[in-house]
Amino acid sequence: MKYLRLEPKRPRIGVFDFTSCEGCELQLANHEETLVPFLKAIEVVNFREVSSYKGEDYDIALIEGCISRDDEVGRIEKIRAQAKVLVAIGSCACFGGVNRLKNAYNLDEANKEVYGDKPKSTAKVRAIKEVVKVDLEIPGCPINKLEVERIVQCLAFEVPFNFPVYPVCVECKQRFTTCMMEKGQLCLGSIAQAGCNAPCPAGGLGCWGCRGPAPDHNFEEFMTLAKQRGFSEKEISERLGFFGGFEGRR
Amino acid sequence: MKLDLNVNVHHLTRVEGHGNIRVKVEGGEVKHASWDVVETPRYFEVMLKGKHYTTAGILTARICGICSIGHCLASIRASEDAMGVKIPDAAVKLRLLAKHGETLASHALHLFFLAAPDFVGLTSAIPLIDANPAVVGIAANLKGLGNRLCDAVAGRTTHPVSLQVGGVAQLPDREVLRKIAADLLASVPQLTATVELFKTFAIPDFKRETEFVALKGVDSYPWIGGDLASTDGVVKPEREYLAMTNEWVDDNNTTKWAKLSRESLAVGSLARVNVNYNLLRPEAKEIAKIFGLAPVNHNPYMNNVAQLVETVHVVYEIVDMIKEIVEWSDDVPVMAKVTPKAGRGVGAVEVPRGILYHCYEYDKDGRVVRADCIIPTTQNNLNIHHDMGALAKHFAKEGMTDDKLELLCSMLVRAYDPCISCSVH
Repeated sequence: MKYLRLEPKRPRIGVFDFTSCEGCELQLANHEETLVPFLKAIEVVNFREVSSYKGEDYDIALIEGCISRDDEVGRIEKIRAQAKVLVAIGSCACFGGVNRLKNAYNLDEANKEVYGDKPKSTAKVRAIKEVVKVDLEIPGCPINKLEVERIVQCLAFEVPFNFPVYPVCVECKQRFTTCMMEKGQLCLGSIAQAGCNAPCPAGGLGCWGCRGPAPDHNFEEFMTLAKQRGFSEKEISERLGFFGGFEGRR
Repeated sequence: MKLDLNVNVHHLTRVEGHGNIRVKVEGGEVKHASWDVVETPRYFEVMLKGKHYTTAGILTARICGICSIGHCLASIRASEDAMGVKIPDAAVKLRLLAKHGETLASHALHLFFLAAPDFVGLTSAIPLIDANPAVVGIAANLKGLGNRLCDAVAGRTTHPVSLQVGGVAQLPDREVLRKIAADLLASVPQLTATVELFKTFAIPDFKRETEFVALKGVDSYPWIGGDLASTDGVVKPEREYLAMTNEWVDDNNTTKWAKLSRESLAVGSLARVNVNYNLLRPEAKEIAKIFGLAPVNHNPYMNNVAQLVETVHVVYEIVDMIKEIVEWSDDVPVMAKVTPKAGRGVGAVEVPRGILYHCYEYDKDGRVVRADCIIPTTQNNLNIHHDMGALAKHFAKEGMTDDKLELLCSMLVRAYDPCISCSVH
């Protein structure tokens, strides 16, 4: 599989899961049209969800999920020590994801609500970068497999990968999706990081900002427009806080 | 008999989530056998508090990466029940179509990638890419068709966007559906090849009398809503789901336990087939007969076969449904008007791993006051645990080794296709 007469490197990958739904790992096995070439382009050294083979000599660790219990800290530190490159995949790993909503509640009360008088060990939700050094973040809830494929291609030929600097709005225009704000829905598309190809507005749902803010976004103008269109501070704040990517911007 | 066996599996592989197996046999006697669920809890019921009804389905889809469509459907059904919303008939059909897509993708994932490697002595399906590309091709094609259907109807296969309180956001592109139906029909020989493949697998000979719980179909094999039934003869309306689950918390596990008439219960494909065998399509019944699957089957490993039977069932049903849907006019209503109001509602949905319940109590503004989600694997965990003891006893005989018993125990857990992070949520 040469490209421009260059032999690709086959990245040795380990995939690990922390507190999450494991849906991002599942994306790695999706997009079936190119699943075989994808699996041939990488070497899966450790991937508990799909393989019983547990190799420890991976170079790249893909991390799904956030840290929400003390025993997870030791696990992630061990992986960090082994991996040359540590990649956070998905909104949980990058920002804490929806799990971060738990941080708004008292943990003892949360435990009482769910487990009654038999509380379980739990901690405030932290993103992976709040615990160990992260080399690359691939956001999304879930991650977009096509974007992962592009990143793997770059890794294989040792070319740098760049995320788009524009927001999701641009991708809606590219696929002729009618603006959700025009349809009366709140939508974070004008400020959220592109790269997902805007599936939510195309499916009839305004953007929830699962990929966090775009590098080049106009937050103040978004707030003005959203308020002009009658969306309450509470509604906007809830939307911005949903996946944790806009933490500090609401 | 001087037989000592020791099985200690930390974080079982090829399952969703984190669980451990421990079995200890001394002098031929089972001293310890357990299935321990150590997954980190996420407290979804707490996170749901105060959330608007338009948010509940988006949030709870994130309980599970594999059956997010099922979670979203149970969630919006509970919200609609609470607010007295009747959704348009077309939306009922489209939701079922999305559900079938998820069942197809999930069963194919489990059968080929998670369960099958054990039967051919592999650690994963990855070596098959070179060793048996035809089988990998079938697996990818069937799973891919399920995912394409979910993308077309629900807007995205993992964490759907078009399934909303009131109905579905929009009609799917009918040309895309037509193509999926054609590709599914063209895949029928692949289903036959899959059946032939599974006929070569030795299903372990083990059974333990179990009470199975599933939705009770009336005139078709049930997937979304309806009465709840058990193979021990219990029948309850959907809103009385708590009488079917009786959850409690123990000291050592982050999952809860559930039971009904016996010490534990089981849900999933095998439970659905056991409760609703007569409602399977003839094409699916034929497959059940080939494998000797008839109600009530008490071999948990047969859940793999039951998934295969259901795969055939949904493939034919998808094709029939699409035939009807492509004839609809473009302006068929798919969304009902929703007015928030206070109330309690329940949604029961048969997701790939078994019956799932969501229950919400809303205030007058349509915000969640109290939420309860009871996940299929939560209901199965205690049954897996009790199976483990019976299995160890059954197989602790001359010639058994640690490795062989570890494989049998691991295959037992995998047969349930557990979604462990879901079960803890």
